[in-house]
This record gives sequence, structure tokens and C-alpha cells, in this order.
Amino acid sequence: MSKPKSEERKSAGTTRRDFLKKTGAAGAAAGAASLLGSAALMANTENPDAQTTWAEWFQGNYRLMTDEEKKESVARLEKRYSAQFGKKVTVDDAPAIDGVLFGYALNIQKCIGCRRCVKACVKENNQSRTNTEIEWIRVVRMEKGQFSAGDMDKGYPQEEGHEYGVQVGGNAYKPAGVVLEGKHYYEPEKVPEKDAFYFPIACMQCEKPPCVKVCPVRTTYREGDGIIVIDYNWCIGCRMCIGACPYWARRFNWGEPNLPADDMNPNTHYLGNRPRMKGVAEKCTFCIQRSRRGRYTACVEVCPVGARKFGNLLDPESEVRKILDRKRVFRLKAELNTYPKFFYFID
Amino acid sequence: MQSKIRFPIDFFSYALKGGAQYYAWLGFLGILIVLWAVGTYAQLTQGMIITGLTDQTSWGLYLANFVFLVGVAAAAVTVVFPAYFYDQEDLHKVAVLGEMLAIAAVVMCLLFVFAHMGRPDRLWHIIPVIGIYNWPHSMLTWDVMVLTVYLILNLVGGFYYLYKKYTGSPLNKSFYIPLILISCVWALSIHTVTAFLIGTMPSRPMWFHSVMPIKFITTAFAAGPALIILCFLTIRKHTALVIPDSVFHKLSHYITWFLGMALFLIMSEIVVELYPSTEHSFGLQYLMFGLSGLNKLVPWFWTAIFLMVVSFGLLLSPLRKNFTVLPIICVMLFVGIWIDKGMGLLLPGMSPSPIGEVTEYYPTWLEIFVVAGNYAIGFLVLTLLMKGAVGVVLGDVKYGQSK
Repeated sequence: MSKPKSEERKSAGTTRRDFLKKTGAAGAAAGAASLLGSAALMANTENPDAQTTWAEWFQGNYRLMTDEEKKESVARLEKRYSAQFGKKVTVDDAPAIDGVLFGYALNIQKCIGCRRCVKACVKENNQSRTNTEIEWIRVVRMEKGQFSAGDMDKGYPQEEGHEYGVQVGGNAYKPAGVVLEGKHYYEPEKVPEKDAFYFPIACMQCEKPPCVKVCPVRTTYREGDGIIVIDYNWCIGCRMCIGACPYWARRFNWGEPNLPADDMNPNTHYLGNRPRMKGVAEKCTFCIQRSRRGRYTACVEVCPVGARKFGNLLDPESEVRKILDRKRVFRLKAELNTYPKFFYFID
Repeated sequence: MQSKIRFPIDFFSYALKGGAQYYAWLGFLGILIVLWAVGTYAQLTQGMIITGLTDQTSWGLYLANFVFLVGVAAAAVTVVFPAYFYDQEDLHKVAVLGEMLAIAAVVMCLLFVFAHMGRPDRLWHIIPVIGIYNWPHSMLTWDVMVLTVYLILNLVGGFYYLYKKYTGSPLNKSFYIPLILISCVWALSIHTVTAFLIGTMPSRPMWFHSVMPIKFITTAFAAGPALIILCFLTIRKHTALVIPDSVFHKLSHYITWFLGMALFLIMSEIVVELYPSTEHSFGLQYLMFGLSGLNKLVPWFWTAIFLMVVSFGLLLSPLRKNFTVLPIICVMLFVGIWIDKGMGLLLPGMSPSPIGEVTEYYPTWLEIFVVAGNYAIGFLVLTLLMKGAVGVVLGDVKYGQSK
């Protein structure tokens, strides 16, 4: 497949404030990387895996690569993946499109908890299937509460002889209304269940992402279209991002990922669903391989009830923008000031 | 020039000589290092999957021990600072041993960081200039910076002193004293930054409070000198180095008050968290009483509290000056703080997870091998450095005297 010509974009780094500070260092690293990289390729080992591994070890961070280096890197990966999975695998390097800021809106009123989105995401994004099984979307089952008048006077604390008359009083041990304690492992016969509603979560693509701030090597960063991406080849596996994410959106490849060849999606993006390696973090990328080509994400496409909406926040006519304008919208853990671009709404 | 080449040779050939007991100790460490090799090999080939870590509890024993040992490294200051700032004569001679401890502790810290990394092969990515160093944004880069500088300060300070003793030339005070004082202030920075590392994440409510740095420093300045006392008692027993009683009294005096402050801060944290009992306190509740029926940490927590409170009580009593009881107190509080600041801090920060899931963490044997081995390597470094340093201080290792 011919690589899409990336326009003479300066660099993804221009969107970052301190790009200039890094340029010098990056230039040096990138220069050394391409030199050693081509040396390795010229070494002419037949095994594409060994070749790639060697070259990748010297490769710089994707964000700071020149177009030339990106092409080399992509070509290496295509060769390796094609050999590894026994089919033609493409690795896209489509950059962010100007004038696009991706946003997501999810109608929690409609979600039935079927988890088709979870499965579709796994299939689309080449997650490890077993040991360890990685899913980017978690659907949290929220239990509905019941109000039981019989518990009205069962105050707090309950121990006999220790009634201090603490103000919580009432039915402190049984919630009136909704408990809001979620579980993401649930196996009902049928969904939706009578006593539950569902709250899907995934990476919120924060505008002020804590994961990006804590990353010591800037392997995870915000792209111009607002997607937070990871250069899997630059990640050192320190898991600071996993600790810092308030939405538990990030997953770690504890072992070598298990991705069966016949189940592998060959249309990949460098920053998205290309097969990962052990010891690196990963997460939802708004299906960067699809969205940058003008397609819906896999979860939006598969949702049977139309609860999931996706589009360009900068386009006043887009569906997400209309939802933001007209519906009752909220964001998860808004108090943490992370400014997610993943919105929840009800009609 | 000749002396510079002879110094390491003389230093280590002295350090490697000892009696049967000494070799038995080194042999014991050697066995643990073999286990370390087994665990490390498995982890490097198969990945972190050989550990008990999960997406819920993604930081475990490795980082817990890292946090604890940063404190031990910082605690060298409790010997060095009074020696030079208040010019306490009895501490002068042993201050360099404190620096040796700091070096060994930082070595262990680095080993634990290495073990914690999913891709240690990509370590160069964090090296400034050739990699990307996300400074000042990333707290981890601050930690790398302060730890590296601290290691260098102690290596330079410690070995400069020993080398001068070795050649019998006088110290250049206008170089040495400022270096020592900088390293003392720097010691505070390493532990403060480590506290900031985990205390700046609102996603982990249990860690998200500003008492963390001072609590780290107080517990460090209790556990660290406890280890120093144990080392000094061993040295006093097995070598000719005379360490006066006053050194032990001073150190145990510092321990008493730092431990007291640590207990006070633990108490403050418990009151502030548990009184309103909001979601913010779930981590502490999990640690103290268990949550959602999961309570594996509960006995650990209460053991730690018991050890710390009892050792504090003993330290307040005249038993502090009894050299049979003192090492027992030191072991008790060292273990207590190791639990409190290691697993007792790291694990409840991870559980409940940001979406409220409580998870128990079971370290695997391979993981424990790596931990034990990291300690063994650190104690090997500590033993050799202290032995060599004692030789230099005693005058046994002297330029021109080697056979």
C-alpha cells in the first residue's frame, strides 16, 4: 500500500509549548537513530523481526521524527507485522487534520450494557486476547438502590449502648436511591437488567491529561486533533500514567500480547492499533486509524441503541456539538479539572 | 597518581578479607543474589507478567521498597549533619560510614527502579540530551535528578574523605565542608520529591495529601538511623574501630523524636480521614480494617503500628541506653516503618482503584526473589564499603603500606 503523503506539516510538536526546548536534543537523537537504524537494515539479516528490533532500539520518539524517519519506521513495522501475522499489514501514519478536535458523547440513558462496544473495540484495536486479556472500554454496572421504609430508624452507629446520635441517622447503611457503586464484571442472562443501569468508561482524551504530565519520557502526548496517543516504541513501562489516570483508562502489557493471526486487524495506525509489545502502556485512541480517515470509531459503529456519538467539536454542525448545545451534559470527575473530551448526556 | 590507582585496589582487597563469619555473611548474600538472577531472568524474558501486579495494582513490592530505601538513603544526614554543622567530635569519624550507607541505599533504589520498569532495555530514553527528559513536568524526572545528584555527592564526599585519609594528606575544608552541607540539604530533597511523586495524583486519594513529604522524612529519619545503629554495633563488635557510646545515644535520641513525630502524623492522617469517612478515606479503611471483605493488609498494618508504638515506648525509657535492648528496638522499628511506608502505603493507594474496585495483590515468588536479591546486592555493597571505610579510618588501609 502506498503511504499517504503527510503534508509538509511542521511537526506534531508545534502544538506543544516547549517544543523548541526539545528540538536540539531530538535532532541529535534522531540523527543518531537514523544512522544506526540504516546501518542495521544494511546489515541485511533475513529475519524481519530481528532487523526491526535492532533498528527500533535506536529510533527516536515518533513525535520528533522527521517525515523521512517516520516512513522508515512505518516500513519496518509493516514488514515485521506482515511476516509475523502472515498477511499484508498496513501501518498508517496519517497526521492530525487541521480544524479537527475529536469529541465523544455517550447517552447513559440509552446504554443497555450489552458490551458489544467492548468486543468491537478489542477486535478493531488488536488488544491481547488472553493472558492478559486487555479491554479498553469498561462498562460499569451501576446498581439501583431501593428505598426501604423499614430501615428508616436504623441509624449509625448500630452497636448497642453506643448510640451517639451522630447526624447521619436514618437508613445510613442502606441507600435511599442509587448506590453509585459500580462493578465492571457482570454476567447476566439478559441485558438490560431491571435493577441496574450502565456507565461505559474509556480514555476520556482529557485536554489537561494527568497521564501526559507525569510521563517521564513524553511517550504519551496530545495530538493536534485532541487525541492522546502513545508511541509504544518509546514507552519505558514505568506505569506513572496508569497511576495518574483518574479514569483507570490505561492498560499495561504485563506479558507478550497474545493476538491470534487470523483475528488480527491488518489496518493499523502507528499511534493506534498496531500490535503492541510487552512492557508498554496502551489505551483508547478514538480509533485513530479510523477517525483520521473520516470514519466512526468501532464502538460507535457497533452500538445497537445509538448511545454513542462521535465527531468534530470544532464543527458547529457535528452531532457532538449539537448534543453539547442541546442536551444535559456532564463529564466524569469534572472536579479534577482534567477537561475530558468524552461527555455523558441524557435526553 | 600511583596512589589513585592503589586506592581502589587496597580498599577492596581489605574489604574482601575477613573471618569465617564474614565469608558466611557474604555467602548468604551470594545465595540471595542467585535467586535475584533467577527472578530477573524470568522477568526480562517473559515480562512483568511473572509478578503479581495487575492493572488494578500496577505498582507493588518494587516501588514500595524503592520508596522505603530512598528514606534510608536520606537518613545518612542524621550522622553527617550534626558531625559537621554542630561540629560534634564523636560523629566525625563515623560520618563517612553514613555516607557509605547512603551510597548502598541509592544503589538499591536504582535496582528497584530497574526492576519496576516494563522496558528496562529502553532506559536510555530518559537520559537527557540523547533521550527525552520531561522535566520539569514529570515528577519522576525530578526524582531521577535528585537521586543521581545525591549518589554523586555521596560518592565524591565519601571517597574524597577516605582517599585523603588513605594518603594521609589533610582535607581541603573549603571544598569538603560545603560539599557535605549541600549533601545534607540534598538528602531532604530526595525524600521530599519521592513523596511528591506519589502525592501529586488526585486519582489516588490516599496519597493525595500534603502531609506526605514530612511524614516521609520523619519515618526515614527514624528507620535510617536504626539501620545505622545496627551497622555501627556490628562494626564495634567485629572491628577495632572504637565507636563511643555517645554516638549511639545521640542517634537513638534522634530516632526517638523522629519516630514520635511520625506517629503523630500517622494519627493526624487517621483522624482527618476517618472522621468524615468520605471516599477519600477508602484506601486507609482498606488498610486498617479491610474493604469489601478484602483484608489481607489489615494484620500488616496493625503489626506495623504495634512495632512502632512499642519501640517508641522503649525508646522513651532508659532501656534506650541498654546495648542489648537497643538493637532489638532498632529492628522492631525498622520493620514497622518498612511495612508502614512500603506495602502499607503503596497498596492501599492502588486499592480501591479510581473506579472503586478493591483488589488484593499477591506478590509471586519470583517477585520476592528479585526483592530479596536487590536487598542482597545492596547489603553486599554496604558491607564492602563499610568494611573498606573502617579499614581506612583505622589506618589499616594506607598508601604505601600494602603488601
